[in-house]
Amino acid sequence: MGSLPLFFRLVGASLGGQARYPASALMLTVGQFLGSGIEVVAVWALFHRFGDVQGWHIGEVALFYGLVNCMFALADALGRGFDVLGTEFLRTGAFDRLLLRPRSLALQLMGNDFRISRAGRLLQGLAVIVFATHQAAIAWTPATVAIALFAVAGGVALFLGILVLQGTLSFWTVESLEIANVLTYGGVQAAQYPLALYAQWFRRVLTFIVPLACVAYYPVLAILGKADPLGAPGWVGMVSPLAGFVFLAAAFGAWRFGLRHYASTGS
Amino acid sequence: MTATSPRDLARPYFAAFASRFLQMLQYRTAALAGFATQCWWGGIKVMVFAAFYGHAATTDASNSMSLAQAITYTWLAQGLLVLLPWLGDPEVGQAVRTGAVAYDRLRPVDAYALWFARSAGWIAARVLPRVALMAAFAMVVLPLAGLGEWAWQLPAGVAAGLAFMLSAVLALLLSTSMVMLLNVAATAALNERGISAVATPVVIVLSGNLLPLAMLPDGWQTALLIQPLAGLMDIPARLYFGQLQGWQAVGGLGLQAFWIAVLVAFGHFAMGRTMRGLQVQGG
Repeated sequence: MGSLPLFFRLVGASLGGQARYPASALMLTVGQFLGSGIEVVAVWALFHRFGDVQGWHIGEVALFYGLVNCMFALADALGRGFDVLGTEFLRTGAFDRLLLRPRSLALQLMGNDFRISRAGRLLQGLAVIVFATHQAAIAWTPATVAIALFAVAGGVALFLGILVLQGTLSFWTVESLEIANVLTYGGVQAAQYPLALYAQWFRRVLTFIVPLACVAYYPVLAILGKADPLGAPGWVGMVSPLAGFVFLAAAFGAWRFGLRHYASTGS
Repeated sequence: MTATSPRDLARPYFAAFASRFLQMLQYRTAALAGFATQCWWGGIKVMVFAAFYGHAATTDASNSMSLAQAITYTWLAQGLLVLLPWLGDPEVGQAVRTGAVAYDRLRPVDAYALWFARSAGWIAARVLPRVALMAAFAMVVLPLAGLGEWAWQLPAGVAAGLAFMLSAVLALLLSTSMVMLLNVAATAALNERGISAVATPVVIVLSGNLLPLAMLPDGWQTALLIQPLAGLMDIPARLYFGQLQGWQAVGGLGLQAFWIAVLVAFGHFAMGRTMRGLQVQGG
């Protein structure tokens, strides 16, 4: 069996398992929808009270918000195995079983626990994109759709890279550290507002270290046809999502380094 | 029968509070990880507030709260994050699953009060180190790093500070009475994780943790203030800023006390019903 069919079979098995408990899966999905949706309340209430911020309208900010949530929802569903690597694989010794199989580790971990509930965040993100389209009169031409899909692909790669780094860290700590939430949930929080609002040092962090701006801010400017208040040329948004793939590649580099240091905890 | 003094009566509950408090204080790594996340979170919120206020400085849209107050509110809300009733005390759920709940039923104390004391200890031990770390970061480190305008400001005055302290204790009791409802739900074998997944967003919005309640639309303000969740975060913060003074301050504290009384009465009743139907298997 090829890698891709195997991956889909793993995902199918995981989804089938969750579908055995429909009430639980539904409630967790609704929880994700509401839980990720409350930030909409914050964004809406701030715009309602203050009006536009530094020339940004609510529809434009909604596009950042919706895209970033879609990216994270997909990456979070795929990267669950890396997220819980410490508690569910390393501490229990189950990781050794994965190592014995003649298949890629990343593939096994990504297909391990594909969460239905992440559809809640995804739906919420899509709903906000619809709202943004309506508010900011976004023209979805083949070109802008292509930019958006490229940005989402880069964003999924970036968030997946963060989860891989979190998993890598647990080779040393043997537990899943909450600290990665700073970059995952905190990254979503940071990338849902325009980069131009932030202080300069923070903009640099989001562009060059954890390139969230490259997968969200610049592509959205290109979609909106808006000039960057910070002065980046218009073509940047069409290539910048590549940074997400570079980040993922670097994360897998760190992962291989961590793997060489892995010593089983025993069973 | 010998008369027992009130002190003797209260002793088991104080012991339950203290033992759970000291036990939870052991989890230092969790507190540090949570603290780092909350600093980042708070920092982003502060930058977003600064951007919105910077733009609207001249309009009257923002006069219900100044930027400095919004920033202080943000740090306060981050420091008190774990005060919010997220989920039931995991120990109670575990006691029900393992059957250890039977021991609690045999003790000659009020089961509701015993769990209440334990849950209060569980919450307090998670809040105190985090609020102290957050204060050290946002009150001391930020000004030293030259970010004085992003710092956590002192309360409006001595009276405001004292009123805030009292209100924070009431907020702890209020949160515990809500956690007790979740505990009872867990005992009744309801889907506790599902309930807290749905309840958590409501708590974050209505307590004022997401945004100060004063920033939500003006037409909602009365309803927002009298609902029970305002007592977890927003009323203590208003006292801190001296926005509620004199009789208004008494009213705010009274509102917290009123909701504690209602929720404790309801929780006590619900727990009594659940416990009568509880079956413990084997031994």
